[in-house]
Amino acid sequence: MADSMNLDSGHHEHHAPSGWTRWLTTTNHKDIGSMYLIFSLIMFFIGGAMAMIIRLELFQPGLQFVDPQFYNSMVTMHALIMIFGVVMPAWTGFANWLIPMMIGAPDMALPRLNNWSFWILPFAFSLLLLTLFIPGGAPAGGWTMYPPLVLQTGAAFPFLIFAVHFLGASSIGGAINVLATVFNMRAPGMTLLKLPLFVWTWIITGFLLIASLPVLAGAVTMLLTDKYFGTSFFSAAGGGDPVMFQHIFWFFGHPEVYILILPAFGVVSAIIPTFARKPLFGYQSMVYAVAAIAFLSFIVWAHHMFTVGMPLAGELFFMYTTILIAVPTGVKVFNWVATMWKGAMTFETPMLFALGFVILFTIGGFSGLMLGVTPVDFQYHDTYFVVAHFHYVLVTGAIYSLIAATYFWLPKWTGHMYNETLGKWHFWLSTISVNVLFFPQHFLGLAGMPRRIPDYSVQFAEFNMISSIGGWVYGLSQLLFVYIIIKCVRGGKKASDRVWDGAHGLEWTLASPAPYHSFDTPPDPSTIEGGVR
Amino acid sequence: MAGRKILNRQGINKTAIRLVVTAVIMFGFGFSLVPLYDVLCEVTGLNGKTGVISRQEAKSPGELHEDRLVKVQFVTNVAVGLPWRFKALEKELFVRPGKLTFTNFQATNLSQSSVAGSAVPSVAPSIASRYFNKTDCFCFVVQSLDPNQTKIMPVAFVVDSKIPDNVDVVTLSYTFFKTEEKI
Repeated sequence: MADSMNLDSGHHEHHAPSGWTRWLTTTNHKDIGSMYLIFSLIMFFIGGAMAMIIRLELFQPGLQFVDPQFYNSMVTMHALIMIFGVVMPAWTGFANWLIPMMIGAPDMALPRLNNWSFWILPFAFSLLLLTLFIPGGAPAGGWTMYPPLVLQTGAAFPFLIFAVHFLGASSIGGAINVLATVFNMRAPGMTLLKLPLFVWTWIITGFLLIASLPVLAGAVTMLLTDKYFGTSFFSAAGGGDPVMFQHIFWFFGHPEVYILILPAFGVVSAIIPTFARKPLFGYQSMVYAVAAIAFLSFIVWAHHMFTVGMPLAGELFFMYTTILIAVPTGVKVFNWVATMWKGAMTFETPMLFALGFVILFTIGGFSGLMLGVTPVDFQYHDTYFVVAHFHYVLVTGAIYSLIAATYFWLPKWTGHMYNETLGKWHFWLSTISVNVLFFPQHFLGLAGMPRRIPDYSVQFAEFNMISSIGGWVYGLSQLLFVYIIIKCVRGGKKASDRVWDGAHGLEWTLASPAPYHSFDTPPDPSTIEGGVR
Repeated sequence: MAGRKILNRQGINKTAIRLVVTAVIMFGFGFSLVPLYDVLCEVTGLNGKTGVISRQEAKSPGELHEDRLVKVQFVTNVAVGLPWRFKALEKELFVRPGKLTFTNFQATNLSQSSVAGSAVPSVAPSIASRYFNKTDCFCFVVQSLDPNQTKIMPVAFVVDSKIPDNVDVVTLSYTFFKTEEKI
C-alpha cells in the first residue's frame, strides 16, 4: 500500500482525501485502479514464488525439496493465483484507470460497487492463501477442480470453493461497472465505433465475464453440495457423472481464457499504432474479430477434454470450431503487422513488449492449433506440451501485454518517465529467459512428460534443467520491473501531456500526471472528431 | 464523483440491472446443464447409459439376424470403500442380435458386517449403448450382502437387431459403489 500512497503524491493539490482510510473508502476510479494494479503485482510475486518452487523441484529428476502433495498444491495455487489474482484484477485495474479517461467520463458508473469489487479480492485471497497453513494443506487437485479428486481435498475444500465464489462476484461486479460506464457515460460525439480498441475488447470481455463466471459459481456450488450435503451431481454412485463437471467447467473455462487475453489485444492495438506512427490497420475488422472470437469461445469447450470418450461427431464439431478461431485471431495478427508496414517505427519498451507479444503469442496460438486437432491431442493431452502452450499465451501473451501497458501508461499516471535503459534490460532479460523457460517444455511434452507430476523419467533431465534455469532468470528479472515502477513513481524525467509523439486518445489530452478528477466537463467533441483511436 | 450533472443515472441503473439479471440467469443455466446433459447422454448414447425394456418387448424382436453374432464382454469393478469381490461368471458371450440372453455375476462380501452396494452400468462403445437393452438386472436395485455372503446375480439383455454392422464387440462394465442408505 505504501507504493500506492506514493503513486498519488502528485495529485494532492487536487483535493484528494488523505489518510489511510482513504484507500478503504475511495470511490475514485484512479485510486481503485491503482489498488487493483498493486494488488495484482503483489499476487504476481506470490504466484511467481510458487512457480520458482515448482521449477526447483523439477530441476533434477527424483524428489529433492518438497513432497508430492505440497508440489501439487503449489501447482494448483500457482494457477489459481495467476489467473484470478493477477491477470483478471490487473485488467480490471487498467479498465478502471483508463476507460473513463478514454471515453471522456468523469468516473466509473457505479463507484461504490467498484470499491466493493476491489475489496472483496484481498479477503478472497486471504481465504485461499490461509489454506497453506491448515491441516491437510492447500488444495492440490489442480485449478480445474475435477471431481472426484478435488472432493478428497481436506479442510481446505470449503476455503477453495468460497474463495472462487468471492473472486467470481468481484469480477462480475467489475464487469457490470465497465459495461454500465461504457454504455451510459461516453462523452458527446464518442460513438461506439470511435471507441479505442482497449475499450472495445473490454466490452466483450465484460459480456464474457457475466455469461461465464456464474456458470463456474454453479459448478463449484455443486461440488460443495456433493461433498457436504449428499447430492451426487458428479458422483457415479448416486447416478451423477464426473465427466459432466468437465463439461460445465470448460463451458466457463474456455470463455475464461479469452477474458484473460482479449484486453491484451486492445492494449497491443493501442501501442503498435503509437510507435509505428500510423493509424491502426482495419479498426472495424478488429472489433468484429474480437466479437467473433468471443462467440466461438462458447462452442469450443470440449477441446479441453477430447480424451473423455466423446462420439466422433462431437470430436469433429469441437475440432472444427476450435480451428475456426484461428481465422479471427489471424485477422488481428495480420492487422498488427499491416499497421507496422512502412511505419516510422521506434522501439521504446512498451513497443518492445508489444512486439514480443505479437510474435510469442502467435507461437502459443500455433501450438494451440496443434492441440485443437483431435487425433494428435490424444498424444499431447496432459503433457508438458499443453503447459508450454498455455504459458506462451498467458505469460508472453497476457503478462507481456500487461507489462507493455504498464510502461505505456505509467508516465501518464505518475507524471514521470520510467528509466528507458532499465526498461530495455527488463525486456531482453525477460524475453530470452522466458523462451529458455518454456520452449523446451514443448519438446518435453512431445516426448511424453506428463504435467502435474513432481518427478520424471531421467531422459527428461536436460530440458528440465534448462527450463528451470530460464524460470529463475525470468522470475528474478521481474524484480527489475518493480524497481523501475517504484523509481518512476518517486521521480524521474517529467513526462509531457502527450508522452509519446504518436499517441492518440483522450487520455493523452489530460495533464501528466492525470488529475485526480478528470473530464468533469466533457471533452470538446472536435478532439474526438479528429480521431482518438 | 462531484462531477458532471448530466450523468445518465437512469440509463446506468437500467444497464446494471439487466446485467445482474443476466448473471443470475447464467447461474441458473449452469444448473440447467445437469438435466440437459442427461437428455443429451440418452439421445447420443454418450456415457454408455443402457436402456431398459420389458420382457414383452424383448420377446417380440424385429428381424433376427441368423448369421450375425456380436461379442459381448463383461468388465467388473469395485469402487474404493466397498469390501466386496465382484466378478462375471462368463467373461464374454457371443450373442445373436434380437435374442434375449442371460448371464450371471457373482459378488462376495469380504467384511464382517453387512454392506449395501449399487452397481452402475456402462456400455462401450457409446454408439452401442443405444442398442443395448436389459429386461432384468441386479443393478436396478440396491444389493445388500451379509458378512461373508456370496450372491449370484443375473442379468438379462437384448442387443437390438438394428445395431450398426460395424459394431462387433460390445463391452458392458459394472462398477459397484457402496450405498449408505438401505433401500
